[in-house]
Amino acid sequence: MLNFILKRLGLAVLVAFTVSFISFSLMFLSGDPAAALAGETASDQDVEAIRVLYGFDRPMLIQYWDWLSSALVGDLGESYYFKLPVASLIAERLQVTMLLGLCGISFALLTAVPLGVAAAIRPNSIIDRIALFLSVAGQAMPSFWFGLILIVVFSIQFGILPPSGTSTWRHFIMPTIVLGYYAMPAIMRLTRAGMLEVLSSDYIRTARAKGASEFTVLFKHALRNAIIPVVSLAAVQMGFMLGGSIVVESIFALHGAGYLAWESIARNDLPTVQALILVFSLFYIVFTFLSDVLNAWLDPRMRAG
Amino acid sequence: MNSPLLRVKDLTIDIPVGGGTLNAVRGIDFDLNRGETLCIVGESGSGKSLTSLALMGLLGGRIKRTATQMEFDGIDLTKANNKTMRALRGDRMAMIFQEPMTSLNPAFTIGNQLMEALLLHRNVGKDAARARAVELLEKVGITAAESRLSQYPHQLSGGLRQRVMIAMALMCEPELIIADEPTTALDVTIQAQILRLLVDLGREMNMAMILITHDLGVVARVADKVAVMYAGELVETGSAEQVFNAPMHPYTRGLLRCIPQPGKTERGARLGTIPGIVPNLVGGVTGCPFRTRCDHAVAACRDAIPHRKPAENHRFRCVHETGHQTAETAV
Repeated sequence: MLNFILKRLGLAVLVAFTVSFISFSLMFLSGDPAAALAGETASDQDVEAIRVLYGFDRPMLIQYWDWLSSALVGDLGESYYFKLPVASLIAERLQVTMLLGLCGISFALLTAVPLGVAAAIRPNSIIDRIALFLSVAGQAMPSFWFGLILIVVFSIQFGILPPSGTSTWRHFIMPTIVLGYYAMPAIMRLTRAGMLEVLSSDYIRTARAKGASEFTVLFKHALRNAIIPVVSLAAVQMGFMLGGSIVVESIFALHGAGYLAWESIARNDLPTVQALILVFSLFYIVFTFLSDVLNAWLDPRMRAG
Repeated sequence: MNSPLLRVKDLTIDIPVGGGTLNAVRGIDFDLNRGETLCIVGESGSGKSLTSLALMGLLGGRIKRTATQMEFDGIDLTKANNKTMRALRGDRMAMIFQEPMTSLNPAFTIGNQLMEALLLHRNVGKDAARARAVELLEKVGITAAESRLSQYPHQLSGGLRQRVMIAMALMCEPELIIADEPTTALDVTIQAQILRLLVDLGREMNMAMILITHDLGVVARVADKVAVMYAGELVETGSAEQVFNAPMHPYTRGLLRCIPQPGKTERGARLGTIPGIVPNLVGGVTGCPFRTRCDHAVAACRDAIPHRKPAENHRFRCVHETGHQTAETAV
């Protein structure tokens, strides 16, 4: 097991370096950064001056090394727009995003897994149909529309939940539901499919032949095997929620990292965009690593590979 | 002799399918005494496995099981609720399945799965259950039993897994053990070993055993009683001696012609085959199911088939009194 963890960790570090290089080079794919920074009316001399000032005249690999070595010690440069260190800017915004992401994935898992199990126990029953309806509705409704509907109903009509802001836990209820509901259908369908497959397997019959209770059969023997693909999916969803909750953050005016990314792209604030891409990718890498470890714990066959 | 351990009368299994009802098993009768071995033989799809699952109460929810009598040591299984069946399963009646590769849960250790039945049914501690697991692993011929407990199924070979399955079935010393083709999925070289082991342990613990198999050679060696099943019906039952030495039903005789006999079958000679295929069992089944493949079929085979009893405990179902077409029936 330890061997497996070390191997995966090594792999994660390699991926992180690759991603850092790609996220750094992205800046040069979108044209000359000095020209973009100087603006449309700048003279050639001004552009040249900016190029030297920001060090764009140096070879790219040297710039990368500079950027990476300071990133490793927590210095991600200074935002062109805010004139603040990017690291502290992101750290502040990430708190909101991470809180929202954790709430969202928890909401998704806590609704999707029980619903998926219940649907698989009685396929084509009324519970299965309700679960199917919920998941189709979740997949079909765009987040921005669902968010607005919630605001209309709960903030405007009934006035029981605040429509925007981050000051209390009540502000997070609607964003959590919108974000979580987005991830819920896929998790639910995967849980249901996994449970259906596992429940028809030979070892479930063996467990029943031993005289195990239905509860033991479902939650000890079946769910443990059925949940394995769900773990991997949830890790990807979680990474997505941390990086891609831009829509939800805008609707509920939660100033998180997703919102910051969108703003910074619009403002051509390259150090911030670079840093955000790096941080979001690191999230994916960390969650993939965690899901690998969790899966190896759940499924002994994976520990060997 | 007092009443048998297991008595089954008129067991019928119906499966609802797209175009109606599949009458998969019809009118099965048999008795099994303590310590006896009953072999059920027949080709694939003849209802052998369904019969055994029905005894264990492990048929799926949509499959309908009816019987006029099905008693295990005085307990009426036709009326038993889930709780009663759960208490019996794994404790007093255990089952060994055909597929050792997939019958163990990949996510749990061998030890965990072995101890489970004992912990479920007996009021014992983990240490006692562990000791019992080691004892049984040794009994089924697994070396280094203690260290095997922490291994996972994927770390064991098929033969080892089936030994583990056998040990698992024996954990609570059941009175009845049902083995559904326990060696079919195994390498030929270890089939005999596993079967020998199972039969020896059965004798040693005085367990009644229902052994489901295709292999008539095996049957001849281990069976006390033989039941020949064809297309969902028991066409012939009797002691091993009766069925092998004086087979009555045309199907039984056909089956026995399919196996070579040392000293009798000549080198290069063709072994017997039974031409044709098993009939479709969807919709009402009347008459003898074997008539379409039988050399002795007559018009009367379409009607109700009488039960015949040529000797004590020996029964078969055929319109012909001796299982052959004779001069008078041919008319």
